[in-house]
Amino acid sequence: MKVLVPVKRVIDYNVKVRVKADGTGVDLANVKMSMNPFDEIAVEAAIRLREAGTATEVVVVSIGVKQAQETLRTALAMGADRAILIEAASDVHQDIEPLAVAKLLKGVVDAEAPGLVICGKQAIDNDMNATGQMLSALLGWSQATFASDLAIEGDQAVVTREVDGGMQTIKVKMPTIVTVDLRMNEPRYASLPNIMKAKKKPLEEKTPADYGVDVAPRLTVVKTAEPAGRKAGVKVGSVDELIAKLKDEAGVI
Amino acid sequence: MAVLLIAEVTGATLGADSTAKALTAAKALGDVTVLVAGAGVDGAAAEAAQFAGVSKVLAADDAAYGNGLAEPLADLIVGLAPGYSHILAPATSAAKNVMPRVAALLDVMVISEITAVVDADTFERPIYAGNAVQTVKSADATKVATVRTATFEAAAKGGSAPVEKIGAAGDKGLSAWVEDKVAASDRPELTSAKIVVSGGRGVGSEENFAMIEKLADKLGAAVGASRAAVDSGYAPNDWQVGQTGKVVAPQLYIAVGISGAIQHLAGMKDSKVIVAINKDEEAPIFQVADYGLVGDLFAVLPELTEKL
Repeated sequence: MKVLVPVKRVIDYNVKVRVKADGTGVDLANVKMSMNPFDEIAVEAAIRLREAGTATEVVVVSIGVKQAQETLRTALAMGADRAILIEAASDVHQDIEPLAVAKLLKGVVDAEAPGLVICGKQAIDNDMNATGQMLSALLGWSQATFASDLAIEGDQAVVTREVDGGMQTIKVKMPTIVTVDLRMNEPRYASLPNIMKAKKKPLEEKTPADYGVDVAPRLTVVKTAEPAGRKAGVKVGSVDELIAKLKDEAGVI
Repeated sequence: MAVLLIAEVTGATLGADSTAKALTAAKALGDVTVLVAGAGVDGAAAEAAQFAGVSKVLAADDAAYGNGLAEPLADLIVGLAPGYSHILAPATSAAKNVMPRVAALLDVMVISEITAVVDADTFERPIYAGNAVQTVKSADATKVATVRTATFEAAAKGGSAPVEKIGAAGDKGLSAWVEDKVAASDRPELTSAKIVVSGGRGVGSEENFAMIEKLADKLGAAVGASRAAVDSGYAPNDWQVGQTGKVVAPQLYIAVGISGAIQHLAGMKDSKVIVAINKDEEAPIFQVADYGLVGDLFAVLPELTEKL
């Protein structure tokens, strides 16, 4: 079984996000970029399936600017077998919407015929949490989102999902789309020899036109602003003072 | 304009708080029909009909909708879609599972976790873990959106809308429910509690978390945790407050031993009053706290619990 893993190049999760002064977006020029953390977990999950003999090949795909090659090389260094880059944007500030991404991924699925697609549950830049569900809809496949555990049993996948209030286990028909949550696994670091080896692994370049997909956005960004700030309050000196403030000043207890 | 609001239903029970909050967002857009889909939902549908501002309740009662499986529910919603300009749902894990699927089937872009309705086409939503707020205008014929409930007031009861039973849309059998493991608790639900007491890495161990729980029980509060505390194994994941967990906005939020990482602040900064208890006076949590107490939580917590 072939496993397809989409990966996104996003601002590194340790970088402080700065809104551009003109309100047109978040400043991404000369900012450290990395693989979306949830996608790293997805890549790790796919590699483990191959190591367990459940999967035969792990194909990673990224959609965005040319520099997303670096993200794909990271996935190859972790252990993915081959990569596809769909160059859909020329400016790092241009985000391809989940609907367009899902349509492109459908094109890749039609061409590659994987038995399983593993995605991160959301990208930490636009926080949409949509691509996996949308791809599943377009393919007419089953979906298992926010997964913390995945087991393939013949033509079914047994998935434990993180839901409000606890966990849910479901069985889905293969082929399927799984989107992974944080506790699925801890992704490995790529070793130096593997980083060198990854440079020789195949990376195919495509364009949206190859799949006949229009990536024009449906949502226009009117403006991007800093969130409303909260002012620091006062420091209290004792538990008694705290209780008094909460009772008399704030009136919340 | 006509709005279809997908009620939060777990089995046969209405998620009244999240549905009532999303209803407030929906009412700003037009005439609201509420879809109550589940297994054995007569009671839930009747309850939804009591919210002021609901024009009609559609009740879809079928085993296929009993466990929140995305595929059959998405098909049901898509079948109803032609009558509506907007399809909304509270941004619960169930809705986040199904709404993007609905949007893709309608060939529209989903608008996730809206925090404000600007006009019929324009919405605000947080991006980058709440570090920026984006205003987006949709060009799609049908707007499919989830509503971040923490930023909307719950609609009041006092209505009596008619309930109409509708048929199921079939089940292709793509997925099947196996089991739910829900943490049983007498405490209020985290996202709708009036008071939340949360512990962070500073609490130090799973055993010490009992001190957080004790204070919470004294206050009739829900218990929360930072991601650091969850990752360290001190608290279960469904207690997690933050961008990768739950977003809460209680009347009172007490953060104990929590440094205040951005990802945590994104989940609680809309709380009315924030109290921070931390031994590090430089901790970023104090920058958002209304009342800060610098001190050792192991001394402060027992004293606070006793004196309240």
